[in-house]
Amino acid sequence: MKVRDIVAALEGILLTGEDMLDVDIEAACGADLMSDVMAFVKENVVLLTGLVNPQSIRTADLMDIRVVVFVRGKMPPKDMIAEAQRNGMAVIATKYSMFLACGRLYEAGIRGGGTREIR
Amino acid sequence: MKLCYDVPGADLSLAGKASAEVKRALGRLGVDPGAIKRTAVAMYEAEMNMVIHGGGGVATAELSPDRVVITMADRGPGIPDLELAMREGYSTAPAWIREMGFGAGMGLPNMERNADELHIDSTPGKGTTVTIVVNLGGVAQK
Ligand SMILES: Nc1ncnc2c1ncn2[C@@H]1O[C@H](COP(=O)(O)OP(=O)(O)OP(=O)(O)O)[C@@H](O)[C@H]1O
Ligand SMILES: [Mg+2]
Repeated sequence: MKVRDIVAALEGILLTGEDMLDVDIEAACGADLMSDVMAFVKENVVLLTGLVNPQSIRTADLMDIRVVVFVRGKMPPKDMIAEAQRNGMAVIATKYSMFLACGRLYEAGIRGGGTREIR
Repeated sequence: MKLCYDVPGADLSLAGKASAEVKRALGRLGVDPGAIKRTAVAMYEAEMNMVIHGGGGVATAELSPDRVVITMADRGPGIPDLELAMREGYSTAPAWIREMGFGAGMGLPNMERNADELHIDSTPGKGTTVTIVVNLGGVAQK
C-alpha cells in the first residue's frame, strides 16, 4: 500500500515527504515506547505513535523507518518536522486514536507487523 | 577509525545524536547495512540508558576491518542487580521517562539481541561501562 493511501485511510495531513507518496509500505507498528519498536520492527514499516518528541523521529531514523504517523490529533512542532525532512522521512498527522488508526490501516490492506512468542 | 562523543546526562532532547552519527559514518564507509543497523540499535539503547539512568558519559566507536566496538562509559549509580536488569520488562524508569517514550525495560535485552558480544561492567556508586561488539562477518568495507 502506498504512502498516499495511508494518508487517505487516516484522513491525515502529510506534514513532510511529498516525494514519499508513491513508496510502498507492507507493515505497521503502533507503539508509544521506543524500545518496543526496536524489539519488534524488522521490515519496512509505518510507525504509528502518540509519542510527540524528537525520540520518535530519531528512533524511526535509526530503524530505517521512513514513515511516521502521529495519532490522536497530535501535531509535532516545526523543528521535529524539519528533523524528519532532513532524514528524508514522511510525517503524517491523524485525528484518529491509535486503535482506530491501526484498524483503518489494517482494513485498508496493511497486514504485516510481526509477532513474538509469549514468554 | 575511532569516533568519540561526549553524551550529556539528563538532556533527552540531544540523546541519540552519537548513535545517529556513528550510523551515518558506518554508512559512508560502506559497512554492511545489517551490521550497521544492529550496531545503531544497540548503541542507541546504550546511549539512552546512559542519559536516562547513568547521568551521561563518553561514547566511543572503533571500526576495524572485522568488527565494530562501541564503548559507553558513565559515572552514574551503576546497576545493582544485572541479572534482574537484563530481564525483558524490568525497568526503574519513572513515569516522566515513560512519557518521553522510554522505560519499556527492553533496552538491555535489545542490546543483547543485536550485539555479537555484550559486556557490562557496573559498580554500584561508581558507574557502568557497556561494551558492544558487532562482527562484520568478513564483509569488506571501502
Ligand atoms: N547505565 C546505567 N546506569 C544505571 N542503571 C542502568 C543503566 N542502564 C540500565 N540501567 C538499569 O537497568 C534497567 C533496565 O534497563 P533497560 O535499558 O533494559 O530498560 P529501561 O531503560 O528501563 O527501558 P527501555 O530501555 O525499554 O526504554 C533500567 O531501568 C535501570 O534501572
Ligand atoms: Mg533502556
